[in-house]
Amino acid sequence: MLVPYLFIAPNITLFTAFSFLPLIYAVYISFHDWTLIGEPNFIAIRNYLRLVHDPLFWRALANTLLYAAGTVPTSMAIGLLLALALNRRLLARSFLRSLYFLPLVVSAVATGTIAAWMFNDNYGVLNALLVRLGASRISWLSSPYWALPSLILTTLWVRVGFCMVVYLAALQSIPQMYYEAARIDGASALHQFRHVTLPLVKPATFLLLVLSIIYSFHVFDLIYVMTGGGPGFSTTMLVQYIFRAAFVTSEMGYASAVGVALYALILGFTVLQWRASRQAENVM
Amino acid sequence: MTTGAYLSRRLIDAACWLALVAGAVVMIFPIYWMFATAVRPHTEIFEAVARLAPSNFSWSNFHAVLTRYPVLTWVNNSVIIAVVAVVLTVFINLLCGYTFAKFHFPGRNILFFAILGALMVPIQVLLVPEFLIVSWLGLLNSHLGVILPRAAEAFGIFMVRQFMVSIPDEMIEAARLDGAGEFTIFFRIVLPLSKPIIAVLVIFTFMWRWNDFAWPLVALTDRDMFTIPLGLNLLRGEVNPDWGNVMALALLSLMPMLVIFLAFQRYLVQGIASTGLK
Repeated sequence: MLVPYLFIAPNITLFTAFSFLPLIYAVYISFHDWTLIGEPNFIAIRNYLRLVHDPLFWRALANTLLYAAGTVPTSMAIGLLLALALNRRLLARSFLRSLYFLPLVVSAVATGTIAAWMFNDNYGVLNALLVRLGASRISWLSSPYWALPSLILTTLWVRVGFCMVVYLAALQSIPQMYYEAARIDGASALHQFRHVTLPLVKPATFLLLVLSIIYSFHVFDLIYVMTGGGPGFSTTMLVQYIFRAAFVTSEMGYASAVGVALYALILGFTVLQWRASRQAENVM
Repeated sequence: MTTGAYLSRRLIDAACWLALVAGAVVMIFPIYWMFATAVRPHTEIFEAVARLAPSNFSWSNFHAVLTRYPVLTWVNNSVIIAVVAVVLTVFINLLCGYTFAKFHFPGRNILFFAILGALMVPIQVLLVPEFLIVSWLGLLNSHLGVILPRAAEAFGIFMVRQFMVSIPDEMIEAARLDGAGEFTIFFRIVLPLSKPIIAVLVIFTFMWRWNDFAWPLVALTDRDMFTIPLGLNLLRGEVNPDWGNVMALALLSLMPMLVIFLAFQRYLVQGIASTGLK
């Protein structure tokens, strides 16, 4: 029967041309030395050897992990708290939900632009506020110390609404009778949260963990617009480093090698999480 | 419920509400600040003490940005790319998602996992090979060159498959027994049942393409082919950005998304909640 193949043909053709082949080509070129001009020169695993000894690669990896550590658990925790509060019967509840959700439709470029303006050293509203409160100005984006925290704060603004929506859907699917049963057994609010809510939103937690880690390892637009990876290399993530190697210093082979390493890292994380979640389910 | 329990519950409600309102102010403030900067008189933007409200409304930033830059051309490019991409992507992803949901064929699982695996590839890894393929096709600096590489969308296929699995097989089988062709079944039976997921797909695809940055940044180098995010990046990247102009363009870039947000919020929430996509 040819019908199914016919139906998926347009998609598979595009995927092959623009995802599968490029990925294979990236792996191939990662074993070469190439500047986009002339023939790629086979150098076996030397790009990968260089990567191991490249302090900037390790810096970018450390930045990526720091950024993930600063954004993933925090956005998920705040998202869960918001979902718990917004699941109660409150005045103007759906309007409040909308406000937390709004940043999700704003492009990363617009978000980064607005954030760069608000964090501006001289004319930014945050420093104006600090001065008015009697504190001294902070060089948010121009100091290597504050640039990453500024990025993390901006990311939280974008991500908490997303986590809130996913958790809210999970909370709404918990039957009320579980809570009634727990109350009859004399469980306190904290006990109900720990032994009813948390276990039942676990699939949502798992989904959010996977997606948030992928998001934090992929984040590019926001950083490109807000800090450009600087000052110095203080906010250069692995994806920034790949982009820089490919389009600024024209080291296609090396850029591809870093890319393959990042892809392996993301796949590894996902498989690890998947295993952990399966094991946790078997234990319970 | 006892009076004490009722009272403590109302107290918790009140505390939650106050915290939520305070948080909501923080959430809305950046959007407000963009708006306030965009409509401020120019002199007021670079005062050391930031005034919360503009002293009076001024359209000078919008006027300046529209005359200094080819903003309307950028809007035009963004609209063409987003609309064509929506038509193309939604159609082929519905077809593909339907096939993965309702047909058994050799190679199905392998293909499905390959597509899921593609989700995790950082786009920066693909940028160089994609750039080579698109330039080989002669599509650099063209709308099609931006549209085609992103037309097959793994999240969309995943979402459609998830939805269409729940369409009863009996309906499709009955139509087949009546002698309906496969395309007829897809258009007459499956699509009318899939209106909610089509709406979700249309909205998300529009949002993704409207907001896209990394790939257009590589594929479009000619200023007159820029999309709005590229234009915004151009303005913001100037040595001394005129923040009033930048915020005016940011506000313009946000308008379609704000309209979609106000009109179709239910579908956005549904899309995120059902598959965890953004």
